[in-house]
Amino acid sequence: MRRKDTKNKPKSIMEMGFDFEKPILELQTKIAELKEFSEANKIDMSSEIDSLEEKLKERKGEVYQNLTPWQRIQIARHPARPYTLDYISRIMDEFKELHGDRRFADDKAIVAGMAKLDGQNVMVIGHQKGRDVKERTYRRFGMPNPEGYRKALRIMKLAERFNVPIITFVDTPGAYPGVGAEERGQAEAIAVNLEEMSLLKVPVIVVVIGEGGSGGALGIGVGNRVLILEYAYYSVISPEGCAAILWKSGAEAPRAADALKLTGKDLLKLGVVDDIIPEPAGGAHNDTEAMAKTLKATLLNELKRFKSMSPEEIVTSRYEKFRNLGVYVG
Amino acid sequence: MSLFGRPKYSKIFIKKKDIPQGLWEKCKNCQEIIHKRQLEENLLTCPKCNFLYPISAAARIASLVDEGTFVEINGELRSSDPLKFVDSKPYSQRQESSIKSTGLNDAIITGWGTIKSIETALGVMDFSFMGGSMGSVVGEKVTRLVEFGIKREMPVVVISASGGARMQESTLSLMQMAKTSAAIGRLREKNLPYISILTNPTTGGTTASFASLGDVIIAEPKALIGFAGPRVIQQTIKQDLPDGFQKSEFLLEHGLVDMIVDRKDMRDTLHFILSFLISGRPAKKNENVGSQSAKRGSRNNGSGTVEELAMARSIN
Ligand SMILES: [Zn+2]
Repeated sequence: MRRKDTKNKPKSIMEMGFDFEKPILELQTKIAELKEFSEANKIDMSSEIDSLEEKLKERKGEVYQNLTPWQRIQIARHPARPYTLDYISRIMDEFKELHGDRRFADDKAIVAGMAKLDGQNVMVIGHQKGRDVKERTYRRFGMPNPEGYRKALRIMKLAERFNVPIITFVDTPGAYPGVGAEERGQAEAIAVNLEEMSLLKVPVIVVVIGEGGSGGALGIGVGNRVLILEYAYYSVISPEGCAAILWKSGAEAPRAADALKLTGKDLLKLGVVDDIIPEPAGGAHNDTEAMAKTLKATLLNELKRFKSMSPEEIVTSRYEKFRNLGVYVG
Repeated sequence: MSLFGRPKYSKIFIKKKDIPQGLWEKCKNCQEIIHKRQLEENLLTCPKCNFLYPISAAARIASLVDEGTFVEINGELRSSDPLKFVDSKPYSQRQESSIKSTGLNDAIITGWGTIKSIETALGVMDFSFMGGSMGSVVGEKVTRLVEFGIKREMPVVVISASGGARMQESTLSLMQMAKTSAAIGRLREKNLPYISILTNPTTGGTTASFASLGDVIIAEPKALIGFAGPRVIQQTIKQDLPDGFQKSEFLLEHGLVDMIVDRKDMRDTLHFILSFLISGRPAKKNENVGSQSAKRGSRNNGSGTVEELAMARSIN
């Protein structure tokens, strides 16, 4: 009894069978049954169906407003969630990808390139995850090696030299923990990006579109503006990792997710992000087109902020923004 | 925001608790019997096998600066537990017990002193305070130290011993990586030297920020230094890790540190590097507050100089 129009859509969150989706799933089933019954028996039940549809809308709102941080993380990691290249192809008029760090390799977990946003030149850099098993391995699950950070920096410096604003999309579980990554200085690559990004004379707009996994996220995340999608998260450590260390059990991940204050609302309060970009009902993956449209409008607005700022003001305001982060007494 | 350092560390001797109990001690590395005093005189380095015992920040400072010259700054900063973080224990409780057991307010002591007469801004982390983790306080103190160095035209030295970013302050800890690194960017633009010394262990967010940004990076022998912890890497790659992986010698081999220096040679090495790098700098624009006040102090009666120094400085 699956409706025709859902056939070619990406798997919805319903089909993933998240527990918190149950009330919605039940209503949807009921509506489908009613429709089938009314068609089969040629009885007009449109008023009943309409009222159920209304109820479904309400339920969706309720469920998505009351998600726990752990449930939000499931959405941020949803396999159908749009990734950097999904947005680039929908938002940018043109995109020329640039490859390699000129030292060792081209890291596939970070994509970067020249793009046109409504006719404006922008340099776009983002973590890239893979959709299927093969692509996921190819993209190393969106977990960069040092080469990824070095490629990103090379291209950011290029943007700076030619006065092009930078947009970064953050979506990584973290920097890759591997032998080669350590041998080639994963920590140094991230540290250098943090320092160098703070000195860039062009505006940097950062959008956390999915997972903001620790230093691996921050490595392309030092922006004049740091925005986050409604169901994305940003954390110093994965809830699983945190639970394993502090609770001695990975099963306590939901509790760790609560404690880590990693949702958009929490991050806004802490000053870690500047704004939250709303997602379509049911999350970005339920309507990638609508999400891309919102994101494009937001980015165009954000770019306007910097039109009248001097390079010095751009550098100073970015420095001050991060300089002021931290809470302590004394 | 006027912050006065107290001359608390003007004279530091290695504290009792840093030294294994008893007169004689079996080295945990080579199993040889070593005399306690010998260990102390050797800066907690085993005289038989050169094994490095953990050393407190205070003792480390004493081993590097000219006696009586160290003035702490920003020592009163403490975490306010901004997330009200509770795991198996509340963060505030972990913090309190660390304050009690270490006598520190957080995992780093910052200040300035002279190293064979070279005025140096110096930060030393202490692993015994919550694993040397970096939260808002460590980030703020490192940043202020670097700003102090810029303002006073002093080279900056930071000695790391840290498990990384402090989980209990989540993204606020993470953001300290960006904050400290940005400050070092400003220091670099002023052509002031920044020396980073990595000790056992230095991992995670600390390595991925200020600890990896030294103009010269020095490691103590056999220290664990890396981004990801060895256990996490092993779980990811599901293979045995290479011999000596993430140890100082491994990092030297892979071009990630400039040199490995024994603890007892650190002061001489630091002095050589600092004097080498600053010798080409033009003279300081303004004679700094510290030396003026020192002169005034000695004109008075020669005593209380260090205290006057402390009172004379305010950092904004
Ligand atoms: Zn020994």
